[in-house]
Amino acid sequence: MSALSVSATFAAAEFQTPSIEYSKLMPMLIVFGVALVGVLIEAFMGRTGRHQVQLILSIAGLVAAFVSVTMLAGDNQIAAVGAVAVDGPALFLQGTILLLAIPGVLTMAERSLDRGGVFTSAGSSTPGSEHERVLTATGVTQTEVFPLTMFAVGGMLLFPAANDLLTMFVALEVLSLPLYLLCGLARRRRLLSQEASLKYFLLGAFSSAFFLYGIALLYGYSGTVRLSGIAEAVSSNSGSDTLLMTGTALLAVGLLFKVGAAPFHSWTPDVYQGAPTPITGFMAACTKVAAFGALLRVLYVGLGGLAWQWEPVMWGVAILTMVVGSVVALTQTDVKRMLAYSSIAHAGFILTGLVATDTVDPDTGAVLGVSSVLFYLLAYGFITIGAFAVVTLVRDAGGEATHLSQWAGLARRSPLVAAVFTLFLAAFAGIPLTSGFTGKFAVFSAAIAGDAAPLVVIGVVMSAVAAFFYFRVVVLMFFNAPAPDGPAVAVPSPLTTVAITLSVAVTVLLGVWPTQVLDLADRASQFVR
Amino acid sequence: MTDFPWLTTLALIPLAGSVVVGALPAARELLAKQLALAISLVALGVTIAMALQFDANAEGQFQFTELHEWIPQFGVSYSVGVDGIALVLIGLATVLTPICILASWHDVDGSRRSVNSYFALLLVLETMMIGVFAATDVFLFYILFEAMLVPMYFIIGSYGGAQRSYAAVKFLLYSLFGGLLMLAAVIGLFVVSDGGPRAFLFENLLNLSIDPTTEKFLFLGFFIAFAIKAPLWPVHTWLPDAAAEAPPGGAVLLVGVLDKVGTFGMLRFCLPLFPDASRWAAPVVITLSVIGIVYGALLAIGQSDIKRLIAYTSISHFGFIAMGIFAMTTQAQSGSTLYMFNHGFSTAALFLIAGFLISRRGSRLIQDYGGVQRIAPVLAGTFLVAGLSSLALPGLSSFVSEFLVLVGTFTRYEAAAIIATGGIILASLYILLMYQRTMTGEPNEEIRKLPDLTSREVWVVAPLLAVIIGLGFYPKPLLDVINPAIERTMQQIGQEDPKPVVPVAEGTGK
Repeated sequence: MSALSVSATFAAAEFQTPSIEYSKLMPMLIVFGVALVGVLIEAFMGRTGRHQVQLILSIAGLVAAFVSVTMLAGDNQIAAVGAVAVDGPALFLQGTILLLAIPGVLTMAERSLDRGGVFTSAGSSTPGSEHERVLTATGVTQTEVFPLTMFAVGGMLLFPAANDLLTMFVALEVLSLPLYLLCGLARRRRLLSQEASLKYFLLGAFSSAFFLYGIALLYGYSGTVRLSGIAEAVSSNSGSDTLLMTGTALLAVGLLFKVGAAPFHSWTPDVYQGAPTPITGFMAACTKVAAFGALLRVLYVGLGGLAWQWEPVMWGVAILTMVVGSVVALTQTDVKRMLAYSSIAHAGFILTGLVATDTVDPDTGAVLGVSSVLFYLLAYGFITIGAFAVVTLVRDAGGEATHLSQWAGLARRSPLVAAVFTLFLAAFAGIPLTSGFTGKFAVFSAAIAGDAAPLVVIGVVMSAVAAFFYFRVVVLMFFNAPAPDGPAVAVPSPLTTVAITLSVAVTVLLGVWPTQVLDLADRASQFVR
Repeated sequence: MTDFPWLTTLALIPLAGSVVVGALPAARELLAKQLALAISLVALGVTIAMALQFDANAEGQFQFTELHEWIPQFGVSYSVGVDGIALVLIGLATVLTPICILASWHDVDGSRRSVNSYFALLLVLETMMIGVFAATDVFLFYILFEAMLVPMYFIIGSYGGAQRSYAAVKFLLYSLFGGLLMLAAVIGLFVVSDGGPRAFLFENLLNLSIDPTTEKFLFLGFFIAFAIKAPLWPVHTWLPDAAAEAPPGGAVLLVGVLDKVGTFGMLRFCLPLFPDASRWAAPVVITLSVIGIVYGALLAIGQSDIKRLIAYTSISHFGFIAMGIFAMTTQAQSGSTLYMFNHGFSTAALFLIAGFLISRRGSRLIQDYGGVQRIAPVLAGTFLVAGLSSLALPGLSSFVSEFLVLVGTFTRYEAAAIIATGGIILASLYILLMYQRTMTGEPNEEIRKLPDLTSREVWVVAPLLAVIIGLGFYPKPLLDVINPAIERTMQQIGQEDPKPVVPVAEGTGK
């Protein structure tokens, strides 16, 4: 049977004229185009002004791509010979990624906090070498972070939209490879940064191998890599169950690695800590959005017929992720590591919404599992970008002061920054009138509607645990006396200020007046199949 | 009824005021204080104007209602309105706020924190307190219930005593834990509700047919949150720390008003929304309340710190209030509602006068005092009246409410009422022992230097004592407002009073 269908597919493929709907792929084409132009600028343009040109080009590209996403809104079809889905979830997530990338790029471009910016003068120079010292003295900094970021964004746009597993794999690599590099480019504590990069690369490559092997097994099972084809094979129950189960499991490992779910989370704290902070923020927000989008699509579109099989596993993963993230975060003494564990906990909260498979809201027709996750990702992304941007501001002579003890009494030095960080922490904790609360409410109510009440109870308890370590920081900032040699709060350029302001605005808006966005997420919750 | 948005206006006045007060330059402390006092008096004026238009026997449950769409996807609307119970508690909040502001005049002067912020926080808290009692949408109630933590957290954590940080975090974590359980129940309620853009409106949630097991879980989610807030034994341990460390004005609002949200929530939400589960839980709740009454009183007797002592007396009193609510008789519930109001005043008087005393001597320990009544007779005298009100001396307001609670409980739970009556004896012990140790005897060197109450402090205490004595003799105006609301609540839970002539056996209430 499978051999027959394989040859049939090949036969069909031979006669098909590939038709690429360029207009439907516009957001990705713009971003990739800008990335390529960025590489050329890097190669041919003089040093002076390169930074400004790259920044303006990147932001313009992101804005243009976002505009083209909004123009595609409402589309529900499959493009590029079945390789790319242009549907509600894909467009919503692409819009989210692009919106998040804008403050992400702005914080990366910040240069007034640290002379020459947060990135190393040249990634190729050995840490501590004469070469590095000379480069630092000249004040020259390569600006390859911009095209690298754009490539990563392009991969992220494709990842949740990929409608077959091979395209998804390509997207995964396109988004991952630049990120591995970006993690290693910190100006300060370069060895830590390079270690993070290597660790991320090794574990990432490992998980990619899992993912690829899963694709191969699923291909062996269904004779196709297309999600709709796999769904058909699952529903007709043809082929070997062993291949299907193993393939699904391996595929899930690859995706759960990217979202940072336990037990595939161990890279997160080290990488988040070692990477340059603006990269950490960008990666924590955007990668999570893209990876959850892909996970949703694989589980709902490709393996929806198998829900009764993977749901119990996802329950387990969600519980483990929430518990590990929340509990281990309690013991952290570094802000970036704490936020890393908090991001793991949040992955767990999002997974609780995801298990509400095909529960449909009778009033709006929205698929609750999808719409709640979409909303949560948007809310979470802005909180994360904002929180990491604030981390870049707290500095002492050695660069960013990330040890929690150094944050004691921060409110005395800068009440505004402490208040903003408190807002983000409150949103992480899910305090009402912040976007984090609305998001939690959405995923938890989806989970209850999907008969996963025990999961919600655990989620709520873990939220309480998480609240403890968030508020420990608030206590530290507001009620403790500052250390005499403690860090100062640097005044950033308008770039970081804009990024933080935007994050604050979205966090408050989605907490107080989320109606429009919830509505949008509801309408965008149908996958094209 | 007018269409004027009374409640929104009332809630916005202190909020707007807090913005102005908070924005004043740090050097203008006196102006900030005066402005805060003026704004809270305006809010009090508006409350009085509103209360005068309130019709206790009106047709609908809620008056001064407003309804606007907010988050239709979650069934959430901005919906406010008051019945007699809520009106009385809003009155409590708006009366106590100006008193606390006046009482706190110099409390935070020496603080390293901004004085203006303290008064701004008190005003924000007033907004939240008004909102939480006025909310008739369960979700809106929940949000305000949680948001209320924030100003209180900063009041304790920034302006409190030596252990303020510990107390603030303990307060926050306890409340947050309860709040999150309530969140789970709120979400669960949404799922079992009829749905639609107004799913969370109180009246749309009445008479839902909920599966009994689910109903019990939802009840527990709400009840535990309220029990922590109130607080009931055994989840009370945050209160002595928080109340003792908070500045006196903050402690009054915390114990006097904020904690009432817990008992108010039981009466407003737990009972009518989950009547069967409430009946199921009532024996346990009554038992916990009785334990709380005795336990709180015993621990109060053993305290060496004046503020902790007062906090423990409150735990005992909250036992009475919860017992009255879950006795589910008209008398007991009316008594409990009145108790919420009266307890606010007697505790406020105790905390504030104790605060005046402590600020003079600089110590919270009972053993550092003695013989104050010779040196500062006005202070000692007012403290005695406040204390007597707390132990429910006939002729003072608490007596009426405590008596109603006990009588109302006796008709259904004799044993509980009898044991709880023993709490009154313990109450006279803790109050009179404290009075004896601090106020009577030979004044020592330190005490001889104490000045008596200043005129500002007299202005703080006078209205409190006036209410305590006035309502002690003539509680009718309040009961007239409360009783119709209680009768409606009793209808909503489908409960009738036990027949008075027949000896009551368990279960004949229905």
